[in-house]
Amino acid sequence: MDKVLEMRGITKQFPRVLANDQVDFDLNHGEIHALVGENGSGKSTLMNILYGLYQSDSGEIFVRGKKVNINEPRVAIDLRIGMVFQHFMLVEPLTVAENIVLGSELRKGPFLDTRRAIQEVEELSNRYGLKIDPRAKIADLSVGLQQRVEILKALYRGAEILILDEPTAVLTPQEVEDLFKVLLALKEQGTSIVFITHKIKEVLAVSDRVSVLRRGRKVGTKATSDTNEQDLAEMMVGRVVLLNVEKEPAQPGAEVLRIEKLSVKDQFGQEKVRSLDLNVRSGEVLGIAGVEGNGQSELVEAIAGLQKTAGGRIFLGEQEITNWSPLKIKEAGFGLVPEDRHRRGLVLDYSVADNLILGLHGKQPFVRRSMWRDDKAVYANAEHVIEAYDIRPPVANQPARSLSGGNQQKIVVGREFTQNPRLLICAQPTRGVDVGAIEFIHQQVIAQRDQGAAVLLVSAELDEILSLSDRIAVMYNGQIVSVMSADEVTEHKLGFLMLGGRLEDYEAHEVSGNAKQD
Amino acid sequence: MQNRTRAIRWQEMVTPLVAVILALAIGAGFILFVGENPLAAYKILFVESFGSLRNLATTLQRATPLMFTGMAVAFGYRAGLFNIGAEGQLYIGAFAAAWVGFTFTGLPRLIHLPLAIVGGMLGGALWGSIPGYLKAKLGVHEVINTIMLNFVALYLTDWLATGPFHGGSWVPETARIKATAALTRLYPPTRLSTGLFLALLAALAVYLVLWKTKQGYELRAVGLNPHAAEYGGINVAKNTILAMAISGALAGLAGTEQILGLHNRFIVRFSADLGFMGIAVALLGKNHPFGVILAAILFGALQTGSAAMDRLTAVPRELITIIQALIIFFVAAEYLIRRILRMKEGA
Ligand SMILES: Nc1ncnc2c1ncn2[C@@H]1O[C@H](COP(=O)(O)OP(=O)(O)O)[C@@H](O)[C@H]1O
Ligand SMILES: [Mg+2]
Repeated sequence: MDKVLEMRGITKQFPRVLANDQVDFDLNHGEIHALVGENGSGKSTLMNILYGLYQSDSGEIFVRGKKVNINEPRVAIDLRIGMVFQHFMLVEPLTVAENIVLGSELRKGPFLDTRRAIQEVEELSNRYGLKIDPRAKIADLSVGLQQRVEILKALYRGAEILILDEPTAVLTPQEVEDLFKVLLALKEQGTSIVFITHKIKEVLAVSDRVSVLRRGRKVGTKATSDTNEQDLAEMMVGRVVLLNVEKEPAQPGAEVLRIEKLSVKDQFGQEKVRSLDLNVRSGEVLGIAGVEGNGQSELVEAIAGLQKTAGGRIFLGEQEITNWSPLKIKEAGFGLVPEDRHRRGLVLDYSVADNLILGLHGKQPFVRRSMWRDDKAVYANAEHVIEAYDIRPPVANQPARSLSGGNQQKIVVGREFTQNPRLLICAQPTRGVDVGAIEFIHQQVIAQRDQGAAVLLVSAELDEILSLSDRIAVMYNGQIVSVMSADEVTEHKLGFLMLGGRLEDYEAHEVSGNAKQD
Repeated sequence: MQNRTRAIRWQEMVTPLVAVILALAIGAGFILFVGENPLAAYKILFVESFGSLRNLATTLQRATPLMFTGMAVAFGYRAGLFNIGAEGQLYIGAFAAAWVGFTFTGLPRLIHLPLAIVGGMLGGALWGSIPGYLKAKLGVHEVINTIMLNFVALYLTDWLATGPFHGGSWVPETARIKATAALTRLYPPTRLSTGLFLALLAALAVYLVLWKTKQGYELRAVGLNPHAAEYGGINVAKNTILAMAISGALAGLAGTEQILGLHNRFIVRFSADLGFMGIAVALLGKNHPFGVILAAILFGALQTGSAAMDRLTAVPRELITIIQALIIFFVAAEYLIRRILRMKEGA
């Protein structure tokens, strides 16, 4: 097999970090090479060097056997290297076709030759099997389709080597599947692909080979078929990782959360939660599975008092808490890990210590004489939580903004969990979090359960739902369509229900499907 | 583990200092252009504003109202509010202070003066809390309302001081305040008054409130991320109104100081944009009360020195306005420069 690309001994020093340390990387013709590693391990840096956005301090790059000096993206493009960034660089008010041919010489007089642009884009999209409407405006497209436009843009510029930097981070599970189909199709056509991710499942699903980076160094390159989930997790983290959470069977106790006929409308008056019933008991984890946008966010915000209900009642223990203020609900024994830590969970410009008292800032021991802040207590608390939750770096007075996603999430988790709430809601608790931190957070969730908390887990990651929950509720179109004990559930069954299928249909389908197979 | 929040972050001072130096350097170019020696001109500027106790007192007197209005804008900013209404709050505060000053008679100074000061604060607080309320309850942006209320305050006080409370002379002003309500002059014949101490005290209070109290934690959290604040059980509406009220009170104090310490009566349109200058002072002072004090002194000094420079050299006094504008330009440019740098790095 011929190498289309080889990087040797790439080193890049940033003011405070050695982002790449003697990294070797190569890419074969027509392969998908996954580049994985935890956040900050140097994946983007390496590929930005290849694309000419950064200059390496030392090391060499060979493209199709020839040594090259890529000092700007123009050079990379001429070498038929294309890159799709996590943040798209599309012009929203323009059409798909206009975006794709942007910067080329496709003109008719002073104007863009729209007819030809559309025609060329159609040809391109047919050739690679990437369906898209060339006349659609970018602003009207879903994130998944916008990404497709970015890929087409790179292909239009003749890319034979395609780099995708964490393309799945912004996609829904369905869109991820579509993307994988696209990648496999491109591979068939001879495109060589570097696929950056930190999700191991994705590596195993599409790649031919995988290279692992850890703290700027390459740990190794393997054929995907020679490795497995456990092996990759250990290479990434540098120690043994428990991927499957170890837990005892649940010991459910009294009912802690009871929801009766809850309705919630969004700001446009659309009913997002529709007459929903649900209960969670002490000592159990109830997982809510569902495609995002089926009312999970509104459900959580309504329980937390962050959004007004349009009908129904919510009980915490014996007390009805419907439409109480967030503070009162919190004080009744409620903790929330919100789905969007940057928007809800943290004041990014506050120090770690200040973030660790958000919601507790008005309570003993953090205030004295009901008014003065007690800095000593604030920092004592910070030191305690930082240590217990292994927040890194362990510096209480630096802004939360400067921490990695995983450590930011540990601030939120640490703050909420150390209050030992009766009811704990974890919404997407490990989104954008590294493998090592995921393991840790999962263990903490189970520890809370074992201490008697009622845990409501909302997650788009089926794995997470399956490995943590004692009972699983499927949410679809604002309602709980089914509640099952975790041991009677399969991923396949959940997937079917999440898309709006009915349990009876599933069972009927399964029976006939099995019959056909036999 | 290095801990504890520091009261002052020294690196925050780099940009303002660089901005001042750059502005002065460009100003030097202008001075050369009109055929004068920049060093000599700046020396005059410096001596005139700081060179003697008397000059220093004049500088501080000019700086005092700017300390208040700068702090008003800075306080709002910390809570995420852009208070462009300091000018209007200043007028209402000034009129309220004057009214207490000329209406009550026979009170001992120990009661009358504090009463007038509190009156001025309340006037400003009331005027500031209106846009605060409108923002909190109806979501109307404070910039629009504060600007509109500036006009209302201006015309309202015009009418009050020429109508029902006209002092009777041929000038558009109220009666004089009683001596028991006046601030004490510190260094006659300069007009520096104990209002300066009031400003320093206010700076300390603002610092303590923002960084050492529970309320300050809430106000700043609302300013930095209202969604997270709400999640943390903080009442965003209440804090928005409170922030605007305190901001207004500080602007009201600027007016109060001008009436009780300088004019001793309410004069129609006396302010000459002190409220708007507060925006520049807050920007240069990085929205920190101590920074605001320093920035206000700098602006006070430039104003004090400009007259002498105008008199003694061929440099027109408008140069000082240009320098002030350049300082603001460079401080504001920092945000621009940072953004450009970040865009380059964060590809
Ligand atoms: N422009 C930059 N300036 C300084 N440090 C940087 C810059 N870009 C990345 N880094 C640092 O380099 C390290 C590697 O970053 P990156 O390549 O983005 O990691 P990854 O893509 O694997 O998450 C991180 O510690 C990051 O903070
Ligand atoms: Mg990256």
